[in-house]
Amino acid sequence: MSIKQLSIFAENRPGRLNNITHLLAVNGINIRAMSVADTKDFGILRLIVNDADKAVDALKEGGCAVTVSKVLAIQIPDRPGGLAAAMQVLYDNNVSVEYMYSAFISEKSEEAYLILRADSNEAAEQAFDGRYKLLTQEELLTK
Amino acid sequence: MGKYWNEEMECMEPEKMRALQDERLVKQVRHVWDNVPYYRAKMEEKGLTPDDIKGVEDLHKLPFLSKADLRDAYPFGLLAKPLSECVRIHSTSGTTGKRVVAFYTQNDIDLWNDCTARAITAAGGTKDDVLQVCYGYGLFTGGAGLDGGSHKVGCLTLPMSSGNTERQIQFMEDLGATIICCTPSYAAYIGETLKKMGKSPDDLKLKSGIFGAEPWTEEMRQEIEKSLGIKAYDIYGLTETSGPGVAFECECQKGMHINEDNFIPEIIDPDTGEPLPDGTKGELVFTSITKEAFPLLRYRTRDICVLTRGKCACGRTLVKMAKPMGRSDDMLIIRGVNVFPSQIETVLLKHSNASPNYQIVVGRENNNDTFEIRVELTEEMLGDTIRSIEEIERKIAGDMHTVLGIKAKIRLVEPNSIPRSEGKAKRVIDTRNLV
Repeated sequence: MSIKQLSIFAENRPGRLNNITHLLAVNGINIRAMSVADTKDFGILRLIVNDADKAVDALKEGGCAVTVSKVLAIQIPDRPGGLAAAMQVLYDNNVSVEYMYSAFISEKSEEAYLILRADSNEAAEQAFDGRYKLLTQEELLTK
Repeated sequence: MGKYWNEEMECMEPEKMRALQDERLVKQVRHVWDNVPYYRAKMEEKGLTPDDIKGVEDLHKLPFLSKADLRDAYPFGLLAKPLSECVRIHSTSGTTGKRVVAFYTQNDIDLWNDCTARAITAAGGTKDDVLQVCYGYGLFTGGAGLDGGSHKVGCLTLPMSSGNTERQIQFMEDLGATIICCTPSYAAYIGETLKKMGKSPDDLKLKSGIFGAEPWTEEMRQEIEKSLGIKAYDIYGLTETSGPGVAFECECQKGMHINEDNFIPEIIDPDTGEPLPDGTKGELVFTSITKEAFPLLRYRTRDICVLTRGKCACGRTLVKMAKPMGRSDDMLIIRGVNVFPSQIETVLLKHSNASPNYQIVVGRENNNDTFEIRVELTEEMLGDTIRSIEEIERKIAGDMHTVLGIKAKIRLVEPNSIPRSEGKAKRVIDTRNLV
């Protein structure tokens, strides 16, 4: 039940984010979630988009270094303690989070989405099974 | 079949070999003088006629040929036979400018095949072997060169060419290949793929491999030998002189025997052009004394190496050349250490299937050289965390330190971000003012 995340390598110099977002814009790609991890010299832009395959083609065509990895998109209640409860589930099941960030996917005010990569995505999936809804790649297309 | 392909030539007494070279050189100089106006003009410029060359002791009088000459004379300027007598061409990749095209008569091909047959025999090949050629076939000399030698020896030849690695392994397994020939980096990749496929060297019948066409280290040899369960032999050659087989390694794996009956080697000082004594490091120069169609005299290879004479433990008397230590034209001295871009390429090849574009940036801060290597990130290096990328930088830096002997800062940069001229990246930026 994992979804595709794009990781794009970007050097720390003016115009890089402009270039990447422009490539996505002209190809009609909708960004559903993003996060940036950065160092002194470079950053990795992580993106969840509506059409991952098309976005990868467009970015490669545009000369970007891009790779695809699997992450989980979980639906959590948008209220105090909503995230804490989800983390508790992972902790109880001995799953560590490598990184996570929030998403723009939700159309209802009472729910939020969280993008998450665990040390074992499979273990995380099992832990969430029956408790939380995980988004599929197909659902992402229509969101 | 014994352990030599051409025992007469491979084990000839040095005096006899010298006499043979004298005779062949005199004849070759006359052939070139008569048929190659381009070289004749060079000789005339030095006031030389063929009568001035009485043997190998006069070789140093002859003018050099360089890659620039080959480009000037492209395509037919150094041809010494009518095209009607030529049967084949091969060509270099042309990454440093215009392509070099070399011509062969049938006799040239036969002699070349004899050279590669010696290499195959030295690697333990006999008519009972199954030899898989995973060098590219086509303009590149690798495929055709080893293919020809393999036929001569009588091995069952598998003309696979390069690529499609899983299929290569399948053929190796199904047809029981015992010898493979390819570039060392491809051999390493085959080894990795074998492992990925869940197979081990025990599933194959390979016993040896003949690898050349690019620089490789002793460390890489050990890795290949281990991952494929073989003994790995080096082979040397260049399109300008024929192709692989100019020199080949024997079971001692201590330098490559030069086929001196066809190619006279010299070591010269790359700056002055003066010949250097055996055992001294310098630029390798070859004179082809048997080639008919494309007979280059004193061709500067730009490869830096050392020659060693004396009878080898394998019984051969052919002079040995060390693995080239780099090139005379692109050496850098950083913090007092000689650095060759080819060494950097070798390290980068370990971390990526295709050699990534890179740039060496050398500067000076507080009287100390700064040394940074910018490497264009390839897809296989990219991960989704900072940690994974920093780990790659750290690993490359560690390997660079081992190979170069000095530390370099490794910086991964975006693909196609290193400026290119004529399609090839500008390799070195040196901002030191050392003069």
